[in-house]
Amino acid sequence: MHTETDILMTGVGGQGVIMASDILSSVAITAGYDVKKTDSLGMAQRGGSVTSHVRIGDKVFSPLIAVGSADFLLSYERLEAVRSMAMLKRGGVAIVDCAAVPPLSVTVSGYHYPSIDEVRQSLRTIARTVYMLPATEMASELGNPRVSSVLCLGFLSVFLDLPEPQWLDGIQRHLPPRLHEVNLAAFNAGVEAAREGRKEEGE
Amino acid sequence: MKQLLSGNEAIALGAYHAGVQVATAYPGTPSTEILENMARFDDVYAEWSTNEKVAMEVALGAAIGGVRALVSMKHVGLNVAADGFFGAANVGVRGGLVLVCADDPGMHSSQNEQDNRHYARFARIPMLEPSDSQEAYSLMERAFNLSEEMDTPVMVRTTTRISHAKSVVEVDGERPELGPPPPFVHSPAKYVMVPTYARPRHPLAEERISRIAKMFDEFPLNEIIWGDRKLGIISAGVAYQYAREVFPQASFLKLVTTYPLPQDLIRTFAAKVETLLVVEELDPFIEDIVKSMGLAVQGKAFVPITGELSTDTVRRGAVAAGLLPEASTAAGAPAPAPEDLPPRPPLLCPGCPHRGVAYVLSRLKFGPKGSIAKGGNSGKTAKQWHIVTSDIGCYTLMVYPPLCAIDSCICMGASITLAHGLEKAGVAENTVSVLGDSTFIHAGIPGLINMVYNRSHSTVIVLDNETTAMTGHQGHPGTGRSAKNEEAPKVDIAEVARGVGVKDVNVVSAFNLKEIEETIRRCVDNDEPSVVIVRGPCTLHERIRGTPLRVNQERCGLGPSSASIPASTWYRFKSWFSEQGCRSCLDIGCPAITFEGGKAHIIADQCIGESCSLCVQVCPREAIEKAPG
Repeated sequence: MHTETDILMTGVGGQGVIMASDILSSVAITAGYDVKKTDSLGMAQRGGSVTSHVRIGDKVFSPLIAVGSADFLLSYERLEAVRSMAMLKRGGVAIVDCAAVPPLSVTVSGYHYPSIDEVRQSLRTIARTVYMLPATEMASELGNPRVSSVLCLGFLSVFLDLPEPQWLDGIQRHLPPRLHEVNLAAFNAGVEAAREGRKEEGE
Repeated sequence: MKQLLSGNEAIALGAYHAGVQVATAYPGTPSTEILENMARFDDVYAEWSTNEKVAMEVALGAAIGGVRALVSMKHVGLNVAADGFFGAANVGVRGGLVLVCADDPGMHSSQNEQDNRHYARFARIPMLEPSDSQEAYSLMERAFNLSEEMDTPVMVRTTTRISHAKSVVEVDGERPELGPPPPFVHSPAKYVMVPTYARPRHPLAEERISRIAKMFDEFPLNEIIWGDRKLGIISAGVAYQYAREVFPQASFLKLVTTYPLPQDLIRTFAAKVETLLVVEELDPFIEDIVKSMGLAVQGKAFVPITGELSTDTVRRGAVAAGLLPEASTAAGAPAPAPEDLPPRPPLLCPGCPHRGVAYVLSRLKFGPKGSIAKGGNSGKTAKQWHIVTSDIGCYTLMVYPPLCAIDSCICMGASITLAHGLEKAGVAENTVSVLGDSTFIHAGIPGLINMVYNRSHSTVIVLDNETTAMTGHQGHPGTGRSAKNEEAPKVDIAEVARGVGVKDVNVVSAFNLKEIEETIRRCVDNDEPSVVIVRGPCTLHERIRGTPLRVNQERCGLGPSSASIPASTWYRFKSWFSEQGCRSCLDIGCPAITFEGGKAHIIADQCIGESCSLCVQVCPREAIEKAPG
C-alpha cells in the first residue's frame, strides 16, 4: 500500500457506514499503520447524510481528509456519492452501491434524484475509475441486505494492500457471532466482484 | 498495548487509570461517550445527573470528600453548570476534580459554537487541550495530579474532532489500588463562602494561577518541533494537526496547556523564529494573550474565526496571507458536485413517537380548520392559531418540511419559559411549548412552576419517549434505568406536574392523532396552565419492528372508498376525483413513504408496522393496510 491512503466513506444513517469504517480502521492498525478516522453525523439517528473519513499512513496528522485528496470514495448510496465527489482526488477510485435511498426532499419537494448513469457520469469527471456496484442486491441474495456494508469493504480491500487474515479478524471483532458467516460470505462476494470489475476496466 | 480509541474513550480510560472514583455527566454531543465509558467500569460510581449544574456539584462534593472525580459535558452545558464551576474555582478541592468540556466548532449538533476556553480564564481554572486521543489519554493523570497539587479544579477542553475522531493510543497505565476516602475535614473558612471567608480566597486564586503559569513552562506535553525557523506556529488541539499538515516544514510550538499560557516558553520560541503565527479554532484566545505579551503575531487575520477548521481552511488562509503559493489549478483541482442536489436533512425516524404531535401542531397552525403549513413560515406575519416554542431534542427536527411545526429553539428549558413570556407580552396567538422527558427534568420543571405561580394559560406538551434519544439513548430519572443500566427509582412526570400545581394534566398515546388533537385543542382553549404528556417509546431505542404496512395501489388515488370516512377536520380531499394519489400521507414526513408514478409506496424495510400507523390515520381512502404474511 502507498504510505498515505485516504478513504472517504459516505451513505445514509442506518446503513452501517460507521461500522464499516471502524472495521477498516482496525484492520489498518493491526497491519501496523497509523490511522485516524472521524465521522460526520450531524444530528441524524436515521436517514441523514453520514460521512466517515479514514486516513491510513506511516504518520497521520489531520483526522479530516482535505478536499480533492481522497484516494477512494466508497459510497453506500448514489446521491451521497455525488454529494461528496469534491473530496475525491483527480484520478481516484469511486465505488458506489447503486442502491436508491431517495430523501424526503425528492418525495415531497420534487427534487430530482440522480439515475445510476448520471451518477457515473458525474463521478467520471474526476475519478480514474467508477464502479457502480449492485451491493444491496447482492447482499439480499446472500440473505441479508444489511451486509452490503461489509460486501463493499470486500470490494475496497482488493485495492488496498492490507492482509486478508486481518480483514477477517476485523469483521469478526466488530460483529456478533451470529452474523459472522453471512458477513464473511459478503466480504468474499465483494472481493470477487472487485477482481472481475478490475479486469473489465483493464486495471 | 496499541488501541484505536476516540478522544472520549481515551479520556475515560485515562481517568480510570488516574483512579477516578466518581464520574458524573448530563448527555450532550460530543461529550456523551465519556460517561458511557466510565459507567462500564465496575469500580467507578457513574451517574447521569439531572443536568450539568447538578453533575458539576456532585463531582465537586466527591472531590471535597477526598476522592478523584470527573465531570463531563458539552460546551453549552457549562453555561448551565457555570455557578458550580466558579464555586469550585473559589473553594478548591481535596481529591482531584477534572471537568471535561467538549466544544462543537461547526455546530455539528449544537445551537451555537461558543469557545469555552474563555471559561478557564474567566474562572482562573487551569486548562489542558489534547490534540489527539493519545494526548487525551496521557493528560488525564497529569490533570488530576495538578488538581490535587494546586488545590484547584482543572478543565480539559476538547472539540468534536478530538472527542469523536479515533486515533492510535499506546495504553501504558493501569488502575491503582484505592482505599476508602480519607476522613472529612471540616474547614468552614475554605468551604463556606460567606463574604468574610470568600474575600481571602480571591487573592489565593490569583496567586495560584500565577504559580501554575510558571509550572506550565515546564509541562512535559507542551512540545517544540523545530523545522524551518522562518515560520513559527503556535497551535493546540486539532488545529495543530491541520497546521502541521499545511506547513510540514515550519517550526511548531504545540501547546497542551492553553490556560494559563506558558509565557516563558512562548517567548523562547518566538525569539527563535522570524514570523510568528497562531493557528487556533474559533476565537483568537491564544493570539490575544500572545499579543498582550508584546509579541508580533498573526492569527485570525488569516484563519477564520467562525466554523470548524480543516486543512483546507488553514491552507486557504495561508495562501491569502502570502505564506504559501497559490495552489496549482486545472490538473489538481477537485471537481465540485453538481448544484441543486436534493438535500438530506436529519429527520424524525420512521415510527418516531414525536411525528404525531408534530403533524397535529402543523395542521393546527392556521386554526382547527386550517390546512397544513407548507415550506416553513419564516418572516410571515399572518396571525396563526398558535406559537410553538420548542426545546432541544430529536423533536426539534419537526422544524423541517413538511412538518414545519415549531417557532423557536434557544437552549435547554427555553420552551416553557418562552411560551410564558410570549403570553405575558400579550401576543394574540395561543402559546404551546414542546419538550422531551429528559429536557423536562433537566430544565423544564422551574419553568413549569413559574407558569403555575404566575397564572399562565399556556399549554406544555411533554414528548415522553422514555429515553434521552438524540444523544444516543441515555437513561434519566424518568426512565427507571441508571447510567449503569440498573433499575432505578422512576420519576413520574405527570405526578411532578400535579405536584407543582398543574390541575389539567393529560396523558395521551403518541400514535393516536385524534386523541392528540382533541387534547391539545381543549388544553389550549382553557384558561389555566395545562400539561399534555404524549407517551410512546423511541422506536430506535426499543428496536420496534412489526410487519410493514403497504399501500393498496388500487385504492390510492381512487377517491373515497366508503361512507365510513371520519368527519374530522384534518382529512382533506385535494384530488377527490383524480386517479393520482392525494399525497396526504406525505404530510406526516415519514422517510418510509415515497411517491412514484402518481401513487404512494411504503419502503418495507423502513416501516415499523402497526404500532405507528399514522399514515393509516391520515389516508382519506383507507389505502394503507397491513402487508399480507
